[in-house]
Amino acid sequence: MAASVPVNRSRGHGRRVKRDLRRSWSAYLFISPGLVLFGLFTLFALGFAFYLSFHEWSVIEQDRPFVGLENYRDILADQRFHRSVINTFYFTGASVPLTLTIGLLIALMLNQPIRARGFFRTLYYLPVVTPFVVVAILWKFLYNADFGLFNYYLLKTRLIDEPLLWLSDKDLAMPAVILMSVYSGIGSAMLLYLAGLQGIPEELYEAAKVDGAGAWQRFRHVTVPQLAPTTLFLLVISIIYSLQVFTQIFVMTGGGPVERTTTMVYYIYLSAFKFFEMGYATALAFFLFAMVLVFTVFQLRLYRRYGAGI
Amino acid sequence: MAVSAPREKLPPSVAARPLRGRRARGRAVRRFRLVALYALLVPLSVLFIAPFAWLVSSSLKPLGDIFVWPPQWIPDNPTLANYELFLGLGEQDARSAEFVARWFLNSAFVALSVTFLQLFFNSLAAYAFAKRDFPGRNAIFVLFLATMMIPGQVTLIPTYLVIRHMPLFGGNDIWGQGGHGWLDSYYGLILPGAVSAFGIFFLRQYMLSIPNELLDAARIDGASEFKIYWRIVLPLTKPALAATGILTFMYSWEDFFWPLIIITSPELYTVPLGLTLYVVRNRTAWDIVMAGSVLATLPMIFVFVLFQRHIIRGITLGGLKG
Repeated sequence: MAASVPVNRSRGHGRRVKRDLRRSWSAYLFISPGLVLFGLFTLFALGFAFYLSFHEWSVIEQDRPFVGLENYRDILADQRFHRSVINTFYFTGASVPLTLTIGLLIALMLNQPIRARGFFRTLYYLPVVTPFVVVAILWKFLYNADFGLFNYYLLKTRLIDEPLLWLSDKDLAMPAVILMSVYSGIGSAMLLYLAGLQGIPEELYEAAKVDGAGAWQRFRHVTVPQLAPTTLFLLVISIIYSLQVFTQIFVMTGGGPVERTTTMVYYIYLSAFKFFEMGYATALAFFLFAMVLVFTVFQLRLYRRYGAGI
Repeated sequence: MAVSAPREKLPPSVAARPLRGRRARGRAVRRFRLVALYALLVPLSVLFIAPFAWLVSSSLKPLGDIFVWPPQWIPDNPTLANYELFLGLGEQDARSAEFVARWFLNSAFVALSVTFLQLFFNSLAAYAFAKRDFPGRNAIFVLFLATMMIPGQVTLIPTYLVIRHMPLFGGNDIWGQGGHGWLDSYYGLILPGAVSAFGIFFLRQYMLSIPNELLDAARIDGASEFKIYWRIVLPLTKPALAATGILTFMYSWEDFFWPLIIITSPELYTVPLGLTLYVVRNRTAWDIVMAGSVLATLPMIFVFVLFQRHIIRGITLGGLKG
């Protein structure tokens, strides 16, 4: 072997270049299905979206004039859109902290030496596994003003005197949607917090105990800081999902009453597929993009800092 | 350690007594805390599971009993008629849904296709990015990563238009005009989801840990690149493939927005779409809707119970949903 290397160097080198090229070819072949689909449905679509946002583009009309920045200017003056931004922030601002807090509390309970931990964990994860439209339909049923369980038990315990309208009440509709979303999201938060809790080294608690820290102090000064990466990750990801809330709105309220639950994505959906204003809807989508982008960049930085396994 | 230290200095009889007292008190406190914990956890769990119990219970009741107050948690007149009506078995009435069996087949076909295409395409690309060196690799990889930042809604409308104007499909000419392209078709449901930047990223991270020596040894033995990928890399990536595959399946099964936009024919509805549109059309048929909801949930529960460990692993490794 050692003797043959110098002799065959030039020929071997040529062969290696050829082989490298062949091997490179196969590498390109490997990424090509992904690249083609991405090129079409992401890169081209993105460019096309940019183009669309400068046009008045309707699926039903042949005439699709260039309108410059008019779509973007319209957005700034569009009261309904402003309403939808406020609604989306309302939804996100309430549902994300609630989901995380309750998810953490349940995770803390399940992290104790209790029986049937796996059973409880599955139970709280059940709403995540259930198709989301089913949870939404079910909660719509529970909120029903005439025969829903919410009204029945609230009336029975005399917490209310007359049935609430829930989803048709303009001040109650959004809180009702938020409550349902918190319910369906707790399982994910619980699971990630549970994984985070189990990753905290036992010695930290032992050390804190030796130093005379009580249960609350151990929680405050050991658990909370140790869970910070999990919390940050959950926070960012939940905010990104919440800003894109759509399905529960479609199923439960249809954006009503009086547009109190029309969120940004629901408004984009209406603009594009009910009013057929594709250009305007795409411009709206870029607005949403800008908001989500802030959090996504943050998320990617988290990935880089903590790796894939938080 | 801290407890045993004073014992050495004191005579055993003196040291043991307060120690036993302290230990007993500790045990009592611990027991009290555990009882308090159950007192909180059990009612909370009951409250949490109640909606599902109500769902199942309602699905087994005749319509009249659903509206009865006080609520019947255990049906007085249990019946499977709602399931029969929903599935189109036996006697039909005006509220029966059509094509329900097809919805399930459609969902299964679409979710399985998306899952297997994604696993194949994602892992192919992930292998190239993780273990191959070729000009432009890093640039292309960064490009893929960058697309993870784009929310679906931005590309939703143009993707819809691309699908609609797909040349030579659905009555379109070569310029993509005149027909409806891939709208209202399996192609439209499956292909836009057949690759995922997140999946590629996730699998690549996993494949990076495969030792290069293993691949080099196979290369020296004359294995082709595809064979290396298929026979060495894929088997070693199994845990990651299982985790992403199951999450992709579940995500695809319950996807609602995309089918809502592109599907118009009832025989092409997926389960979530069919169920939701059925609710929109039959606002008062809660009996049948509840039966349909139970049926739509069962496959997910089944998958979850079967693959619970993979799912939990996948979620805790890679975030909430694929």
